Amino acid sequence: MASDKVKTFTDGNFDEEIKNGVVLVDFWAEWCGPCRRLAPTVDALAGEFDGRITVAKLNVDENPSVPSRFMIRGIPTLLIFKDGQIAETLVGLASKEDISRLLEKHLS
Amino acid sequence: MTARATPDRQVVIIGSGPAGLTAALYAARANLKPLLVEGLEAGGQLMLTTMVENWPGFRDGIMGPDLMTEMRAQAERFGTETLESTITQIDLQHRPFTLTLSDGRTITTEAVIIATGASARWLEIGSDRKLSGHGVSTCATCDGYFFKGKPIAVVGGGDSALEEAIYLTKFASTVTLVHRRDALRGSKIMQDKAFANPKITFVWDSEVTEVRDVARGEVTGIVVRNLKTGVLTEIPLDGLFIAIGHTPNTSLFQGQLELDANGYITTHDGTRTNIPGVFAAGDVQDHVYRQAVTAAGSGCMAAIDAERYLEGLPQHIESQDQSIQPPPTTTSAS
Repeated sequence: MASDKVKTFTDGNFDEEIKNGVVLVDFWAEWCGPCRRLAPTVDALAGEFDGRITVAKLNVDENPSVPSRFMIRGIPTLLIFKDGQIAETLVGLASKEDISRLLEKHLS
Repeated sequence: MTARATPDRQVVIIGSGPAGLTAALYAARANLKPLLVEGLEAGGQLMLTTMVENWPGFRDGIMGPDLMTEMRAQAERFGTETLESTITQIDLQHRPFTLTLSDGRTITTEAVIIATGASARWLEIGSDRKLSGHGVSTCATCDGYFFKGKPIAVVGGGDSALEEAIYLTKFASTVTLVHRRDALRGSKIMQDKAFANPKITFVWDSEVTEVRDVARGEVTGIVVRNLKTGVLTEIPLDGLFIAIGHTPNTSLFQGQLELDANGYITTHDGTRTNIPGVFAAGDVQDHVYRQAVTAAGSGCMAAIDAERYLEGLPQHIESQDQSIQPPPTTTSAS
């Protein structure tokens, strides 16, 4: 079960949602095995950073336009935005500690 | 003061592919209460596959991720504790062995079973890594979707390369298979499937020297060199899938365990490494067979080897003795 602290982004609400603060977006799809492995990590981060950042998932199957704008051709991919600007790109699996470190960097 | 502290665990298994989970199943059934540290690529290489048709017992095949889910549940049913974490450091020079987790916690253990497997190899030409996630991939099942109706290439000539090429024809307009030699290494059945597929074309005797276009941040083509003639050719395409084999995940053990020239852990007399109490199973010590079923088999062997090792430990006998003796006292002198 996805944590209720994790938002769902779509092609429709994406630009509005990433405008302010630090935002972690998990690009995923049902058929992607490694994405399933990353999901609990993203859920845990949403809990740990609750109130400090926005954590969201974007299903690339249902929302093709945002992934193509950011030239995403592989998942899982994590993007970190700061005030609407792309700050980090993480392709493939990453450990919770590594992602935490990057988030803290952009929060300070 | 006792000679040594009681370790946290009798056996810790590192890795959660078929080798690690089978080792866990056997160790759990032997009442060793194993701890299994999953690692980053939990479930191992089968998590990246679709239908596994050569796992005995499933006449119609089984999906790789489903097989791993079952294996994990079976290991846990008998008391395996699994930890969603990675090991960042290991000390095999002192006993008990000490493992440091990515969150900084440490675990001590009498025995270790290493089943860290192998990860996809990259071309290591610079441009391939730079375009990872932007058109270069080592996982067809993850990333094939992004190439609907687009021309792509697969590098490699083994079963994995052929399987990826065939799978990718579901999405891509054309699949060019680039191979260093003039004949495929893959099994006859996979070769027949690939040759019969009208979307697959072959570029023989060639290696990829560059992936373009790093500056644009997306794949626009590859440059291949014919190894016999030296001629360079550019092939325009949107994606490149690399399937040129694997490298063992042994960087954690370098300088502590005996590794062969290619970085695989050397084993002898079953799954024993050069350090008594440290065992290795699966692809991390096998560059010959590399099958899910052989990995599982060696995982079973490692658990049995570890069990025998633990039974033979003098501490094992001592600790049993201690349990029936009164604790050492300091009161008699007063």
